[in-house]
Amino acid sequence: MGETILRAERINKDFGGVPVLKDIDLDIRRGEILGIIGENGAGKSTLMKIMSGIYQPTSGRVIMRGETVRIATPIDARALGISLVPQEFNLIRDLPVYNNVFLGSELRTKAGFLDKVAMKERTRSLLAQLNVTIDPEARIEAMSAAEKQMVEICKALAFEAQVLIMDEPTTMLTKYEIEILFRLVRKLRTGGMTIVYISHKLKEVKALCDRVVILRDGDLVHDGPTSEISFLEMAQKMVGRELGSIFPPKFEPDGETVFEVRGLTVPGVVENISFRLRKGEILGLAGLVGAGRTEIAETILGLRKKSSGSILKDGKELTIDEPADAVAAGISYLSEDRQGAGIITGFTVTRNVTLVSLADYCRSLFRLIDKKRERGKVQGYVDSFHIKTESLDKRLENLSGGNQQKVSLAKSIDTEPEILIVDEPTRGVDVSAKHEIYLFINDLARKGISCIFISSELEEIIGMCNRVVVMRDGKVAGTLEGDGIDEEEIMFYATGVHEEAAS
Amino acid sequence: MNATAAGKIDLEKYGSLIALGTLFILAAIIGRPYFLQIENLVNVMRQASYAGIIALGMTLVIISGGIDLSVGAMAAFVASCGVLFMNWILQASGGNETLAIAGGIVVMAMIGLLAGALNGLLITLGKIVPFIVTLGTMSIFRYVSLQMANAGEFASHSQNFGELGMAKLFSLDIGVGVLSLPLPVATLFVLATILGFVLDNTRYGRYLCAVGSNARVAQYSAVRVGSVRFWAYAINGLVVAASAVLLAARFNTVSTPNFGLGFELDAIAAVIIGGTAMSGGRGSIWGTVVGVFMLQIIQNMLNMAGLSPYLQGVVKGVVIIASVYIQRQKQ
Repeated sequence: MGETILRAERINKDFGGVPVLKDIDLDIRRGEILGIIGENGAGKSTLMKIMSGIYQPTSGRVIMRGETVRIATPIDARALGISLVPQEFNLIRDLPVYNNVFLGSELRTKAGFLDKVAMKERTRSLLAQLNVTIDPEARIEAMSAAEKQMVEICKALAFEAQVLIMDEPTTMLTKYEIEILFRLVRKLRTGGMTIVYISHKLKEVKALCDRVVILRDGDLVHDGPTSEISFLEMAQKMVGRELGSIFPPKFEPDGETVFEVRGLTVPGVVENISFRLRKGEILGLAGLVGAGRTEIAETILGLRKKSSGSILKDGKELTIDEPADAVAAGISYLSEDRQGAGIITGFTVTRNVTLVSLADYCRSLFRLIDKKRERGKVQGYVDSFHIKTESLDKRLENLSGGNQQKVSLAKSIDTEPEILIVDEPTRGVDVSAKHEIYLFINDLARKGISCIFISSELEEIIGMCNRVVVMRDGKVAGTLEGDGIDEEEIMFYATGVHEEAAS
Repeated sequence: MNATAAGKIDLEKYGSLIALGTLFILAAIIGRPYFLQIENLVNVMRQASYAGIIALGMTLVIISGGIDLSVGAMAAFVASCGVLFMNWILQASGGNETLAIAGGIVVMAMIGLLAGALNGLLITLGKIVPFIVTLGTMSIFRYVSLQMANAGEFASHSQNFGELGMAKLFSLDIGVGVLSLPLPVATLFVLATILGFVLDNTRYGRYLCAVGSNARVAQYSAVRVGSVRFWAYAINGLVVAASAVLLAARFNTVSTPNFGLGFELDAIAAVIIGGTAMSGGRGSIWGTVVGVFMLQIIQNMLNMAGLSPYLQGVVKGVVIIASVYIQRQKQ
């Protein structure tokens, strides 16, 4: 392993008197892939934001190549060769790739005008170096999450970054895309780059990183080679307690079919989708990002217009023109896009939870909101879901991602649905919140609620679902059941390799 | 924990009230001795209430994430139609004042509602941004009124309508002056009470905030976003009609070039000073009421200090910007 390139020395960081990082000492060595893991709120992102100039440490210093450096802004960090690929991409949707790559440090001609030709050329060669086929002139808005990430990495390369920090880089990626990313990261390491890989996905860290550092509640609790630590030890050190299996035992539904989709087609989006759902069943919808899983949910909800096909509940065809019709029919949806479509960050916990079900609280003579009953019900969710909030009147922007997700889930089930569609229910959520969410969903199934479980994390599809429908290019590629649900089969159907091999 | 949270909310809630109190004391000092005279205070309230009533409807529109620039012109249009209709009934009924006034008020309410609904439809079904729609209808309402009156006045032929404009709910000599409650002031408070209650205690109020805060989340949460937005403009139209009735009655005539001129700016200013977020999602009716009185007190105070009306306008502009700046710092 190479010499130390970047060192954090006794770094402390407080937010309003609350310590987030406590006396962190960390050496980052040239040419290594360093994994930093920890639950949400453990301080991973804060530490990296200090390294990349977004935050200033309360005390302690950062040493780069033996010299104490002051990283006051991201521009300072960039000049030192430290680049951060943030979890939420920092790209301007309306601008083409090359403009994004050089944003803020545009190449100029001698006359002082933008040198578009040089920027395009440089972008093209960087993209080629990454082995990706992206047009430098393509606009960001039309790109997939994976492509946007490549542009972010390209941005880092353009400034000759020596330390590349990636914050939860795989959250938005499919398994296939993750593999491409891993190959790329290894290639960058071979080129001498140092990569700091922040994640809470243990499997990825184990597969990719040379060394792993574990943070818990602002303390550095572990630092050692990845090869010398097992999954279980990593998980235990992250949460600081013993862990059982993260998935609850599956409940085998024996009820009749309560929900059915027949030949659902939305031109250009999904085609001829059919599946059935039994009472208390958890049906997985697997597939690559863009395979049409979320689109099916949106069509069921009336957010997209179907050209043909029917949706039946208890054998009767439903007419759903807008989400209100779906809610009335007992269908509820937990969005994958938490902040964009799931919760209102400016609303309090109470107002978020009852947003869909508000009519149930307006049963008095003048249809006024029964605030007492509303608060009582919401307090019930806060208690049973262990939602960490100072009060019911806290705005959601003050809650952590995991707690926001729990509020979002409470909101989806407050309508007392019979059919619950959850879309990436554990995205951006830490291990213990994940575990709790699995328990809730399992519990709902036991109570007879049928669930459509959309996820890109195969692990949870396999751990949670009774049956799995695998989608590819807007069509049902295959259905797996019981012991037949395994990772390889799902990937075969999702990528189409299985079919091609058979034909 | 709860106690500190409550303390914070109180500061947020009563911050503008404290500002109003401070301004009041300042005005009492600068405008001494006239400002504190009961008649002057009643007059300040009355003057504030015409645009103030409109500011209440504007609060709903702004909370929904929109804006309505057409309110002043709409008031002129509503009042013009109303006075014409009243005169027509007077003539047709052989001078039945009660019928004429009642009919006139009903017609103004309906036209206000329809005008607001037109804005709402263009915004929701037409999918045109509120700024553009109401910029257009502002021009339309104003120039249709001017065309109808040939840029002149519509004088009401009703005697009683003019008296209605001067009506006071009570008038009481309390020794140091005559304390009274003019009809427009009473209307302002009644409407504020109703709309404030709607905002806090009904589904519509909650949905309005949701739509203004994040329309996509609201849509996914089975809120009928279009309908919520539509009604904000329709209700605003109705509220504009209330102001139009009172202002038309005040002069018993409608001068089409001047009627309601600049009301949209006064109303928006009051809403913003009252702490409602321009980006929508949250706001307070009573904050707007405070904003309405603050603006009027400033004007009254500067009048008494002998500042020219032009410089008063400058001060008003500074106050609007400063109040938003201060609110931003607080967050």
